[in-house]
Amino acid sequence: MLARLTRELEALLGPGAVLARAEDLILYEYDGSVEKARPDVVVFPRSTEEVSRIVRLANRYNAPIVGRGAGTGLSGGALARSGGVMLVFARMDRILEVDYENLRAVVQPGVVNFDLTRAVEHAGLYYAPDPSSQKACTIGGNVSENAGGPHTLAYGVTTNHVTGLEVVLTDGEIVRVGGKSGDALGYDLTGLLVGSEGTLALVTEITVRLSRKPEAVKTLLAVFESVDDATETVVEITARAITPAACEMMDGWTLAAIEEYVHAGFPRDSGAVLLIEVEGIVEAVAAQAEAVTEVCRQHQAREVRVARDARESELLWKGRKNAFGAMGRLAPSNYVLDGVIPRSRLPQTLRHITALGRENGFRIGNIFHAGDGNLHPIILYDPRDAAEFERAVRTANEILRYCVELGGALTGEHGVGMEKNELMPLLFSEADLELMRRVRDAFNPAGRLNPGKVFPTGKGCGEVRMKAQAEGAPPL
Amino acid sequence: MTPPAPRAAIPGLVPAYEDYAHCTHCGLCLNHCPTYRLWKLEADSPRGRIRQMILVEQGELAAGPIFVQHMDQCLDCRACETACPAGVEYGKLIEYARARIARDYPRPLFSRLARDFVYRRLLPFPRRIAAAARLTRFYQRSGLQWLARRSGALRLLGLAERERLLPRMDDDPFFFERLGQIFPAQGTRRARVAFFAGCVAQVGFARLNEATIRVLTANGCEVVVPDGQLCCGALAAHAGVRDAARDLARRNLAVFQKDSFDAIITNAAGCGSTLKEYAQLFSTEEPEHAQALAFQARMRDVTEFLATLGLSAPLKSLPLRVTYQDSCHLLHGQKVKDAPRQLLRAIPGVEFVELPYTEICCGSAGVYNVTQTEASLELLAEKMRHAAKTRAQAIVTANPGCLLQLRAGVEMHKTGQEVLHVVELLDRALR
Repeated sequence: MLARLTRELEALLGPGAVLARAEDLILYEYDGSVEKARPDVVVFPRSTEEVSRIVRLANRYNAPIVGRGAGTGLSGGALARSGGVMLVFARMDRILEVDYENLRAVVQPGVVNFDLTRAVEHAGLYYAPDPSSQKACTIGGNVSENAGGPHTLAYGVTTNHVTGLEVVLTDGEIVRVGGKSGDALGYDLTGLLVGSEGTLALVTEITVRLSRKPEAVKTLLAVFESVDDATETVVEITARAITPAACEMMDGWTLAAIEEYVHAGFPRDSGAVLLIEVEGIVEAVAAQAEAVTEVCRQHQAREVRVARDARESELLWKGRKNAFGAMGRLAPSNYVLDGVIPRSRLPQTLRHITALGRENGFRIGNIFHAGDGNLHPIILYDPRDAAEFERAVRTANEILRYCVELGGALTGEHGVGMEKNELMPLLFSEADLELMRRVRDAFNPAGRLNPGKVFPTGKGCGEVRMKAQAEGAPPL
Repeated sequence: MTPPAPRAAIPGLVPAYEDYAHCTHCGLCLNHCPTYRLWKLEADSPRGRIRQMILVEQGELAAGPIFVQHMDQCLDCRACETACPAGVEYGKLIEYARARIARDYPRPLFSRLARDFVYRRLLPFPRRIAAAARLTRFYQRSGLQWLARRSGALRLLGLAERERLLPRMDDDPFFFERLGQIFPAQGTRRARVAFFAGCVAQVGFARLNEATIRVLTANGCEVVVPDGQLCCGALAAHAGVRDAARDLARRNLAVFQKDSFDAIITNAAGCGSTLKEYAQLFSTEEPEHAQALAFQARMRDVTEFLATLGLSAPLKSLPLRVTYQDSCHLLHGQKVKDAPRQLLRAIPGVEFVELPYTEICCGSAGVYNVTQTEASLELLAEKMRHAAKTRAQAIVTANPGCLLQLRAGVEMHKTGQEVLHVVELLDRALR
């Protein structure tokens, strides 16, 4: 059966576009997360038509279908949880059109996020959503997960920058929703599809909004002796209605590893730092920077440094954006969480996380989007110790539960995927979930598009995940 | 039945669990990897290659033809090291994987013979290098080359592209004749340095080596070219032929230990990167390990050394629009980025423009352009497209291998730029 499907796919796509050997498939069982699942066959379409034909073919074999970009995701969204056909969009990597007058670009899903900015920056433009993996992750993946980034504080997440899509439906039909204007009549299907984690359709073309680079930008690094001072500062900045473009917090003890990588001048002995960016017209930026500095000082910042030039600012951001990877220096593995809380609850939440970590024997780092209350606790663990991993997962779930209790959410930007689908009932009632299921069923009635994601499967999540780990290759 | 004989241990550095485990499979390396950019295959990405190495180490993946293919297809450019926030030392890992392949995997006969000939029977022997160079020179100058190219014989043999990558052999004298000489500093002596002359460079880049010495002496350096030095062993180490690399390293360590120098200088980024990592060829228990640490502490790329020393020689104006292609083993291997740019900017009249995607390999990568010609030429074509966009008249780089590759690129794509080493441009600007 599988062999026949593979042969037909090879006939359809030609040589070099189908992987079915065990040696190859084993390299598609992981992404940036701690999850694991292996596809049965991996294909590399080059056009929308090919995607459509692959979908029709997979339907004949009743095979699950899952899309993948660069595999940098953090919730297992691009893993083939039930096996089946994995479509890797990496070779659909052309920028089809840049409409400079109307500030739009039309791209294939495999275009790397930052490559779009690189292609338009000569005209003073950029693509605003800036997930930390932006130099590697694809825009198609960003659309599926509704990715965010530090600057979502001011500019919103991916969905705010996508105005149109071309998608392939489960029956292979090619449909366009939205367009360059984005304000089409009828249902906002573009909005529905962005962030649907590959469970409604396969995205084959994306029309995005381009943004103009601001006239002025100031990047500030505020250094605090304690986490509390830093979080209180964030609360106060919000309360005073100062609106920075980004406001990131990093735990002091994580900075040594980050500094080792970037050499940006991060302190190695602080309690926490805030990386704050203000941008806009020159006068406003100066005033905002002053206001931010004042608040920091009032909360015992021992230093507030303004990046002297673009190079220094870039280095600081490089540190922030590579922070999770840099944690690889401290432990053989780490588990990056993604939860949301009301900003006003930051101080107590971080205290609670520290306590939870201590109870469970973990030192938990916090490197996150403080400005919009999007937490990324990072649990360091050793994958050779199965019990430790289990404890890490349990701790993670407790943290997320706490976020929900405070009136927050399970995920800010990494998606639900197969990481948090079992936790969905914490946030949603059965009626909520049923409504979502009905939406899914309207697009994906047979459930073959990215199965086992987003919705609870009924099994305990720890159990499911431990199983995935056990089945997968070595715990690294 | 007798059990199979235990395999010989691989000498030198053996990566530990942690060396692999630093990789958190975040994927930030992917778009920095030239082969991933070409094919978009996980198996040909740093993350995927590391995963394959781990699986082989753990016995879950056979070190068979598929594994070997993906390890062979790696350029060993180490751009992933620059990209990796966790500090994974990929260069160490790939060289170990290749040493393991060299020990365990039976390559086809022709490949075995070719590797044995090049790494064990040719590169370690200066006389053989000189003889081979004379033969090649005869082919290049006698009209044979013209005939081979025009007649289509090369095309017939499938060698048309590879033949273009052959260095144009130097006219006499080869640089071998300079070994043992001392070149006095001009003016006040500011430093006393040893020059590492290379192997093929002595017959293919003798004039570059001479230019390097002129630039060094003009800037107040006494330059000693120790006799008895041999090939650095980089090519053998990259290919996993560790025994050959170790033999060469031992010899060079002994030769350069005889005298004391402020620095040991190379103009070849590829050699420099291995020379700075000589200690990795020996386990910590071996006596050479400590010697190598002392040696590599003094090892400097010529651009790095000159930028730190500061140029003292007066320079005349060279009105030229110049771009710079980072040599991977200088940028990613040795983390030297600013020095060559600083030197270029120091030449009056030079208009320096950055080359987009300069951090991506040109496809030269040691012998990669010979062993993986197709991929190499694809990378080169992309490089030439970006170079043309800069409208620079000269493409400058910092390694003989890159010079050859880029010169072939200029010829193949008829883009007309001059291709120069940083020190060649400095030499030209000397009054």
